[in-house]
Amino acid sequence: MLFSSITRKVLMALAGLFLVSFLCVHLGINLMLLKDDGGRAFTAAARFMGTNPFIRVAETVLFSGFLIHIIFGILNSGQNRSARKISYVIGNRSETSLLSKYMFHTGIIVLIFLILHFIDFYFIKIGLVAPPPGIESHDFYSRSLVLFSSPLYSGIYIVCFIFLGFHLNHAFQSAFQTLGLNHSRYMGAVKVIGSAYSVLVSAGFSIVPLYICFFK
Amino acid sequence: MNFKLKIWRQKNAKEKGGMVSYDVTGISPDSSFFEMLDFLNQQLIISGGDPVAFDHDCREGICGTCSLYINGRPHGPVKGVTTCQLHMRSFRDGDTIHIEPWRARAFPVIRDLIVNRSAFDRIIQAGGYISVNSGGVPDANSIPVPKHDSDAAFDAATCIGCGACVASCSNAAAMLFIGAKVSHLALLPQGRIEASKRVQSMVARMDELGFGSCSNTYACEAECPKGISVINIARMNRQFLHAKLVSEKEKIIRESL
Amino acid sequence: MTRLNARIPEGPLAEKWKAYKSGCKLVNPNNKRKLDIIVIGTGLAGASAAASLGELGYNVKVFCYQDTPRRAHSIAAQGGINAAKNYQNDGDSVYRLFYDTIKGGDYRAREANVYRLADVSTNIIDLCVAQGVPFAREYGGLLTNRSFGGAQVSRTFYARGQTGQQLLLGAYGALSRQIAAGKVQLFNRRDVLDMVIVDGKARGIIARNLVTGEIERHAAHTVVLANGGYGNVFFLSTNAMGSNVTPAWSAYRKGAFFANPCFTQIHPTCIPVHGDYQSKLTLMSESLRNDGRIWVPAKMKDVERLRNKEIKPSDIPDEDRDYYLERRYPAFGNLVPRDVASRAAKERCDAGFGVGSTGFAVFLDFADAIKRKGHDTIDSLYGNLFQMYEQIVADSPYETPMMIYPAVHYTMGGLWVDYELMTTIPGLFAIGECNFSDHGANRLGASALMQGLADGYFVLPYTIGNYLANEIHTPRIDNDLPEFKVAASEVSDRLNKLKNNGGKETVDHFHRHLGKIMWEHCGMARNDAGLTEALYLLNELRYDFAKGVKIPGAMDEYNPELEKACRVADFIDLGELMVRDALQRRESCGGHFREEYQTSDGEALRDDSHFAYVAAWEYKGRDIAAGMHKEDLQFKEIKLSQRSYK
Repeated sequence: MLFSSITRKVLMALAGLFLVSFLCVHLGINLMLLKDDGGRAFTAAARFMGTNPFIRVAETVLFSGFLIHIIFGILNSGQNRSARKISYVIGNRSETSLLSKYMFHTGIIVLIFLILHFIDFYFIKIGLVAPPPGIESHDFYSRSLVLFSSPLYSGIYIVCFIFLGFHLNHAFQSAFQTLGLNHSRYMGAVKVIGSAYSVLVSAGFSIVPLYICFFK
Repeated sequence: MNFKLKIWRQKNAKEKGGMVSYDVTGISPDSSFFEMLDFLNQQLIISGGDPVAFDHDCREGICGTCSLYINGRPHGPVKGVTTCQLHMRSFRDGDTIHIEPWRARAFPVIRDLIVNRSAFDRIIQAGGYISVNSGGVPDANSIPVPKHDSDAAFDAATCIGCGACVASCSNAAAMLFIGAKVSHLALLPQGRIEASKRVQSMVARMDELGFGSCSNTYACEAECPKGISVINIARMNRQFLHAKLVSEKEKIIRESL
Repeated sequence: MTRLNARIPEGPLAEKWKAYKSGCKLVNPNNKRKLDIIVIGTGLAGASAAASLGELGYNVKVFCYQDTPRRAHSIAAQGGINAAKNYQNDGDSVYRLFYDTIKGGDYRAREANVYRLADVSTNIIDLCVAQGVPFAREYGGLLTNRSFGGAQVSRTFYARGQTGQQLLLGAYGALSRQIAAGKVQLFNRRDVLDMVIVDGKARGIIARNLVTGEIERHAAHTVVLANGGYGNVFFLSTNAMGSNVTPAWSAYRKGAFFANPCFTQIHPTCIPVHGDYQSKLTLMSESLRNDGRIWVPAKMKDVERLRNKEIKPSDIPDEDRDYYLERRYPAFGNLVPRDVASRAAKERCDAGFGVGSTGFAVFLDFADAIKRKGHDTIDSLYGNLFQMYEQIVADSPYETPMMIYPAVHYTMGGLWVDYELMTTIPGLFAIGECNFSDHGANRLGASALMQGLADGYFVLPYTIGNYLANEIHTPRIDNDLPEFKVAASEVSDRLNKLKNNGGKETVDHFHRHLGKIMWEHCGMARNDAGLTEALYLLNELRYDFAKGVKIPGAMDEYNPELEKACRVADFIDLGELMVRDALQRRESCGGHFREEYQTSDGEALRDDSHFAYVAAWEYKGRDIAAGMHKEDLQFKEIKLSQRSYK
């Protein structure tokens, strides 16, 4: 097996924390869609992200982050499943947080979303997928308006971000635990910050489709 | 009190097992869970049946031999006790009680409710000790140990090696067991000397033996009859990272399995 | 009858062990590699011995019936371990520890062994700390001590209420290290059912693999027994369910003498029996007596009102309480030795003043201590014990007094060994609780852990070398020798006979019955008539058992009923020997109280002029009464006096 189980977990945690920081940036740009300026600010930001050489390098790191997090997640999950070949007749009823047990499942949902999201935006940008008629490949603003005006699309989008919130809620403090950054004085604060952060991310990303769907 | 029991029966490691139902009646609420099972077994023997095999020894919650997964929880519904300290007053009259063995690839079933936990011994053999011989050691008071560290080491050292952490973990991980031993020794100046080698060998052995990895659900902490904290897992992770990143490269001797 | 010679080295008491170590033979490292040692049991004595012998370079095979060595019942010891460190500067010394142990044992232990025990006690603490045993410490980082079991100095080292666990895990770690190094081979889930003697020397064992049922033959140059005590002869005891006498008993049947079997310790602070279905008794650490006060109601009408639940214990005012230990023994009060405290509880309950549903319990009250020291202090000292009590009894000791009653706990008797810890069979050693040597007629608190580890870490590694130095030319013993085959087939025959006798009752049925006979007739108080009756009852029980025990399942599979049957068969035979020993000892000393021999105020009356000896019993055959040999106890350093705790 590639690396020891702890090393894999640590790499996952580091990648995860990096993805957490990326979410902040992404959220910031998304929120610009709420600005009533015909998408100028949003497009400017998107252009900056698409052309700035530093960001271009960071993008590679970002993709590696995704890959590490996903690949090791799947590897660990495989190891975990094979560690108990015969399951209990009565499922586990230990007093633990419900979400922590379903990290793999919420992770898969987020992964599926990610793939759809790539098809909708990123693959168009890099030319893998042809843009729908009337929209330029770099025009994320118009693309967003079209997609989010569909209540069904917006609904799915919001549900996915709720699951991402579930994932993040456990992930944040879990990453600290995995990295060994557990301290009796600060662990409570880490948990609160993690929960607050996951709520903010879920809510922040959901505001955009809600706004576009109902107020535009 | 009367109970309906559903118990995992399995003749030996090779044959397939299944749940079998039994009724027990007239159990005193003051009797322990094992005394209830003793009662069932006495009846089974007299009536020509095959008594249920289960692991038990000290019956006072310290040896760590007992290992039943009762109604979806290792050591049953009461927090902080082993199965042998569980009393029937913790159940309601007429309850159906499901009893299963620990389930983990590293803990194969031997018979009925008995599993083989030698994997834990194998992990300790990988380094869960301080390498000193009998004799030639310094005076006990020559190295003062801060009380806080000593107390924390004790808290970790109370592990009884029952395996409830593995049994409750959705990944059948042994991280709390190993974390407790690594912490116990690493918190003491005597144990720090070989801490780096210890944590690496023990983790390597754990992976070899087919335990899962930790996904921080903390079911282990919730079910540990000695209340050992997951802080010990974090401490082990920290030790492990430190050993891998900071300490000088060291050749790890892997004893063959 | 022969007079036994313990082969105690010459010289002044304090120099004997030093002189022995300087003079004993050594084995060259190259030869150690060629010598095999079998160790039976992985408690404090067995694990420490196996680890130490492995470190020295011998090839060790270690056996335990548990699934792992770490579960041996030493793990359940709560209170602590004595050592003459004098860290508290309160006047302790090796001599004082020696003196207290001899006196506590009511002058029925061998001076030289006990002095050696006290002498090496300090090394144990050093080693355990080096192994990472987290003993209790002061804020300054140094080790702390408590006074325990009636000692007037604080010499007991402890790790909360789990000292035995921590010490055993230390020894288990050392053992695991040797297993990893390939010097020790572990055989877990094995019952050792017989000893193999070749040309008069112990050369191996017959074991049953408890998982497969296979009868195995294991050979070695020497065999070490560390299988613990035989308290389970009483069925209800604080021992683990699997604790048994079988390995020691098989040695006895093969010619090792069994010494002072009637010396059993009844521990005063256990949770009382509460019903017929009960399988085991739970000890509450003796340390509780440091702060708890023991009492029963002074007035019979309060006893009745308590029993009818009309009043609570706290409703009885202080003047209507009988703090009987403080009343009878003002100097030591609640801290009198175990045998004295136990008998005093029995005396009160027999007189009708007992509390609890059965009337066989006394109060151990912490109300004053909580008032004096505060809830938090008491919690830090006894929290885990209180929790354990509450779990079992469903009462909180913070709110209502604990109820306790004496229970069988430790057996001072065991295989007779000489100064080198060798039994009367050459090459067969016995260490820890399974030998008889250090505690006399009564063991002091916190001394069992000390003895187990002293034997295993610091005594046996020397004395076994002195024996093995003569064995370096003996090639590896072959387990195909006829003696092994005969012993193995005898074991198989015995098991088959038990298994196929067509009986109707379970093993536990007989074991309970045995326990009842022993408790009533050979328990806390014994008399001639009761013991004589017990002999008759035991004989009857032995017959019934052989004809009537029912063992389900097969021979070649995991079969716990078969395991138990083997153990109970030996316990019945042992019971008889205990009764015979109790009959011949017409005096009261330590744990052995003969009602005929007491002072006018009910204290034990020792008879040094006639009974200052060790009674060592020799097996003569299945239906023949055992023969007694004597080892005279000579006290050169200590003047014998009547113990007084008043």
